[in-house]
Amino acid sequence: MKDLSMHIMDIAQNSISAGAGTIEVEISENRITDLYRIVISDNGKGMTAEYAAKVTDPYVTGRTTRKVGLGLPLLKQNAERTGGSLEIKSEPDKGTRVTAFFSLKNIDRPPLGDIAGTMVLLAAANLKIRFIYCHITEKDTFTFDTREVNAMLEGMPISEAGVIRFLKEMIRENLQEISIAG
Amino acid sequence: MGQVKSLADLRKIKEELQGRMSLRENSNNPESLVQVKVAMATCGIASGAKQVMDFFIEEFEKRNIQAVVTQTGCMGYCFAEPTVEITLPGHSPVVYGYVDTKKADDIIEKYIKNGELVDGIIPVNYETIEKK
Repeated sequence: MKDLSMHIMDIAQNSISAGAGTIEVEISENRITDLYRIVISDNGKGMTAEYAAKVTDPYVTGRTTRKVGLGLPLLKQNAERTGGSLEIKSEPDKGTRVTAFFSLKNIDRPPLGDIAGTMVLLAAANLKIRFIYCHITEKDTFTFDTREVNAMLEGMPISEAGVIRFLKEMIRENLQEISIAG
Repeated sequence: MGQVKSLADLRKIKEELQGRMSLRENSNNPESLVQVKVAMATCGIASGAKQVMDFFIEEFEKRNIQAVVTQTGCMGYCFAEPTVEITLPGHSPVVYGYVDTKKADDIIEKYIKNGELVDGIIPVNYETIEKK
């Protein structure tokens, strides 16, 4: 994966497959403590502790179309390269929470990439799922919640091209405003 | 410096979009629309499926084609990612492999607009090695 937003897109697909109604992405970064943390949590069907413990093994996957699953192993590898780690907490019927810790300044930390495009595409392709994206910097916090967007749209779908364009710009501008590390 | 956009601005542009939308309200039945599913599993994302999906959404708007663009999981053709499944109204789905923006442009112009098949179709009877 070239950047962190692609990992987020990938892990969010796991949540979608798990039948999640709400998917939350939280990125918190701090230049002083050198911490860059990504949390992706959902209220999907969850996994048993036993299964959750082995999902970072590439040869463990819930798919039937192929025998390998690289989403979580790749994220784990990237996190560990910067001296960070990957944590997975899951409970059957409750949901799953994937947390990736990175060193913010480490040269091996992939850049965040197009997070605005990623979140909006996810929302546009999965209209029934509520997506919440929260980005926290030392300066401020930005939150994007598709429930609020839908309330504004009054029935118009997020997948409308004009809405997609507006939301991408809105997220980009707001992230710039809170000075994200990129 | 200009004001940072907020959700309140969305309401303003909504009116404008509404006008354009009502023109095609009649065809709100998804069966009558072109359906595009972009495979978005690890393999697809790593090979650039996001750019392809962005391209389809933007181009459909520009070329005034009514279509639904969604995501799907891995179809088992990881070697041929990004893969895209296109369903024209009243037709069976067709899966295209190795779709970049250039190929996507070809698919829109030839297949979606004129129903002409384009190179790079993954046949439905494709079998994986394990099944043999």
